[in-house]
Amino acid sequence: MAVSELQRRDTSAAETGAAAAVPAHVTIRGLTKRFGNASIYESFDFDIPRGKLVSIFGPNGCGKSTLINMIAGLIPVDAGEILFAGKPLNQITFGYVFQNYREALFPWLRSLENIEYPLKLRKVPKPERRAKVERLVAHLSVKIDLNCYPYQLSGGQQQLVSIMRALVVDPEILFLDEPFSALDYEMTLFMREQLQRIFMETKTTTVLVSHDLEEAVYLADRILLLSRHPARIADFVAYDAARPRNDATLSDPDFVRIKAHCLKIFQREVRKK
Amino acid sequence: MNKEHLEPWLPTLGVVALVIVWYLAVWMRVVDPVLLPSPIDTFGAMWTGMKGGKLGSDFLVTVERTVYATLIASAVSIPLGIFLGASERLYRSVEFVIDFFRSTPASAMFPLFLVLFGVGDRTKISVAAFGAALVILFNVAYGVMNARKTRLLAAKAMGASRFRILTDVMLLESLPQTFVGLRNGVSLALVIVVVAEMFIGSTDGLGNRVFEAQQLFAMPDMYAAIFAAGALGYGLNLFFLTIERRFVHWAGR
Repeated sequence: MAVSELQRRDTSAAETGAAAAVPAHVTIRGLTKRFGNASIYESFDFDIPRGKLVSIFGPNGCGKSTLINMIAGLIPVDAGEILFAGKPLNQITFGYVFQNYREALFPWLRSLENIEYPLKLRKVPKPERRAKVERLVAHLSVKIDLNCYPYQLSGGQQQLVSIMRALVVDPEILFLDEPFSALDYEMTLFMREQLQRIFMETKTTTVLVSHDLEEAVYLADRILLLSRHPARIADFVAYDAARPRNDATLSDPDFVRIKAHCLKIFQREVRKK
Repeated sequence: MNKEHLEPWLPTLGVVALVIVWYLAVWMRVVDPVLLPSPIDTFGAMWTGMKGGKLGSDFLVTVERTVYATLIASAVSIPLGIFLGASERLYRSVEFVIDFFRSTPASAMFPLFLVLFGVGDRTKISVAAFGAALVILFNVAYGVMNARKTRLLAAKAMGASRFRILTDVMLLESLPQTFVGLRNGVSLALVIVVVAEMFIGSTDGLGNRVFEAQQLFAMPDMYAAIFAAGALGYGLNLFFLTIERRFVHWAGR
């Protein structure tokens, strides 16, 4: 029932019939989470479509980050089931990028060793690790001296290193928790383009938590709008503009309309008490 | 002469000022010359004492005791601190005991350790080790407990086991705080060793040297021994600070 409801919302908002045809990659059923007395999620159902970039947007404290933390197994769920194409979390590879790159990277390792670390955990031999990172660097055309320690790099470069660390294992799903909100505007714009390029090249299912509506819509194929907690799906909007999107996209009527629609839903949810 | 050129010499200014004030005090007879010998007499006594005199051998004895005490304290406290710090609830359950004995002046324990180990090196080293161990323990445990949560989560997200998180993240995260503990620990060990050397039936060590010189009213010798103790304390601290800068280059970054 939840699925059909979702799809109906999806198509109505998307105004493109194709959205409904995308198969689910992650299925969330009956998700329940409480912090003390506050119920953050109450029997929450949601499907994350495969090969799409989904932005999660909603009021402060509604549980955007909590949602991806639970999907990635970083915090336990109180009840409910999260499956990845029918498999549990421990049978898949995923990447996770934190907002606070400074605290997420290991400052005692050089940038290269940081990127290699997940491979080291998987007992990949050193020559293969090096080769793998080199391929990734070439693929993303990254121009960073990876022999530097993270603290010797700029904020954007550090976040790029943590994105590469998340990508090096060829994840089937990539989670990003407000990845650019600690960066200055210039760097944020640059990093959006980097992320878009990475997504275009890898087509990895990506879940992006954002607190910036423009960014959420600009990068997304689907925008999940959440209500205040206990979080419900306020809307699930499709934005199917072709990639690569650029500055012109920001003034494209379609973009403006969808952003306005999301803002309207968001305002509605914020005003609800 | 530009100002940056002078920058490295700034720390010597205080030393020069101290020696000048000292000279003036002796020259103007502000203090009884018996109580305050001139810098030349003092450094002379230090030179002859360190060069084959009793001061030199006493200096080495004190170094040896302090090093042993610190080594024993580290060998016990670093593993124990990691173990306790890895589980915050475990640490909370023993925190009062640690804080209580950490707050107990180690000098109050001399009589007890005298009864346990008799008059000799073992008593001095074990009291000093006891004092240093608690300081190191407390710092290591806090270093482990205060490991950045995001870093632990990042390791978890990459699929690290609990053991790998401990060895790859927590241990390294605790290193800066561990070095704080080591520096405090070695300073405390030196204090305790010197005090122990002054009183309980000692025949050697810097504490004994200061005490004996005072008894004999050999003031230049006494000041020389005090400066030697100061140099030792400063040197030990500098030693740990140098290792720290080398191995914990990322601290606070």
